[in-house]
Amino acid sequence: MTADTNTSMASTQTPAKERPRPAGMTSRQREALAGYLFLAPDFLGLLIFVGLPMLLALAIGFFDVNGFGTFNFVGFANYQRMAGDPLFWQCMRVTLSYVVMLVPGLYLSGLGLALLVQRTNRFNTVMRALFFTPQMVSVVVIAVIWQFFSGDKIGLAARLFTSLGMPGVSILGNPSLALFTVVFVSVWFLMGFYMLIFLGGLQDIPQQYYEAARIDGATPRQSFWHITLPLLRPTSFFVLLVSLVAAVAGSQAFDLVYVMTKGGPANSTQMMIIYIYQQAFQYSAFGYAAAMASILVVVLLALTGVLFLLTRGGRFDFE
Amino acid sequence: MNSALFTRSQANTVRLVWMAVAAILALMTVVPLLYMISIGFKTPTDVFQPNLIPKTPTWNNYVYVLTAVPFVRYLINTFVVSVAVTVLALWFHTMAGYALARLRFPGREAIFILIFSTFLVSLPVIIVPLFILVRAMGMLNSYAGLIVPAIFNAFGIFLLRQYYLSLPRELEEAAVIDGAGYWRIYWSVILPLSRPIIAALAILFFLANWNSFLWPLTVAADDKLWVVQVGIANFKSQYSASWNYIMAASTIVAAPMLILFVIFQKQIMESIKTSGLK
Repeated sequence: MTADTNTSMASTQTPAKERPRPAGMTSRQREALAGYLFLAPDFLGLLIFVGLPMLLALAIGFFDVNGFGTFNFVGFANYQRMAGDPLFWQCMRVTLSYVVMLVPGLYLSGLGLALLVQRTNRFNTVMRALFFTPQMVSVVVIAVIWQFFSGDKIGLAARLFTSLGMPGVSILGNPSLALFTVVFVSVWFLMGFYMLIFLGGLQDIPQQYYEAARIDGATPRQSFWHITLPLLRPTSFFVLLVSLVAAVAGSQAFDLVYVMTKGGPANSTQMMIIYIYQQAFQYSAFGYAAAMASILVVVLLALTGVLFLLTRGGRFDFE
Repeated sequence: MNSALFTRSQANTVRLVWMAVAAILALMTVVPLLYMISIGFKTPTDVFQPNLIPKTPTWNNYVYVLTAVPFVRYLINTFVVSVAVTVLALWFHTMAGYALARLRFPGREAIFILIFSTFLVSLPVIIVPLFILVRAMGMLNSYAGLIVPAIFNAFGIFLLRQYYLSLPRELEEAAVIDGAGYWRIYWSVILPLSRPIIAALAILFFLANWNSFLWPLTVAADDKLWVVQVGIANFKSQYSASWNYIMAASTIVAAPMLILFVIFQKQIMESIKTSGLK
């Protein structure tokens, strides 16, 4: 996001050397043509498989689409249905609760781990690798593993409770605990990734600042509040933005909930992205699903906007 | 509190305490994965025992998973799809990154911002229209349907562009003076120079595609085209309490990536570290 400054510098350098010109083109035209051709595969691909679906999501919300792909224009009917659908509101609540717990959870755990293993030595290198290991494993497998520990009736915890004379006590089968479990597993799985991002940010803080502060008699705590945290702000912004998108509409959140709970028990982990998927691919309500997806985009944009306002776009030029 | 007020032994104690905290947390991160591997080697009666080393280790679970379920087929599908996506994505992204970093043409900045803005679009948001689109193109239940939509992502283009901006221009200029065309420069100057970043991105792309679930689940209903992640999820719902089989299957799926991590740990972690906002 801050990369644009480099480009403008690069583009003012070195005019192209004179070269034989085929087909009467100037070297400038040849360069432009080459640029478009080199960009074409990716540009067209992104246009067709990301840009177009994004626009279609808004359009399809106004149609009733059956399983055979017949479109009937229905105006705002899908949106009206949403207002009266208690499950839609439940999904909104679950999604927002997940965001409110996951985003700070990832920020604190990522930063905490990064500070814990910040110094480069052999011990910390091993620790970093261990923290990062779950990232290598697919979310589907992670979900399966945690089902083993916390699953209703079939899990280790359920067995333990039964052997302690408390049959029927369950973690993932308990509506008031299931979402916390999903948040816990999400943090457990993702914290190694955010630790690395924070380590990258910490690396960029010049050591001289810390040395100067130490000479001035600053305590480690003071250096943290007055050097580390302010200089980490671009990294913090990136982490908050990425974790926000991941919490509202991330594929990993989908995979985890879809395999671990399918939205249950009693819809306590039913997130928007799961509900959208079920409406589309179990009930063939493509129009309704698309309408909800466009509402989700609005929610995402609003939350991103709040984040931008709170952090002033991660630039913090008031400093 | 000034740190100089600590005596040397106190400072050492503090350090040891923090090292112990790190070690305990690291153990918490890895132990669940170790149990996955362990249970894959356990007999059904041993599954819920807390011992990490199986009492009577057995290969039977693996034999069962690989013979009674078409798991080998899923593995081949996943491998084919992941390799195809990785190779095509690296080819397209290096070209795009080169054009955005080095060639001058009208609209370059606008195109870059447009590409970059797709960075925040996640698959679950566009899954419905993408499915309808891919169905209309006749690519449901096909390798093309699994591969093509997975190629395009702004993240790789962005990283490559940054990398090319940091390369010294002189390296290409010699080729320009020799009268080389843009394709020659890309192929015989830029690509060889990109080897380190291509290696890092290749690992990341392969990993992401090996582990991806939502799109393969959506586009391929035909179980001949299933990838391992879809296979595992389905296996899980069929054999809900046969943890020894499920964990053996999970271990087969996770093992290649864990082995890759042991070998390329440094490169993988380094490339993630630099992917943050800089």
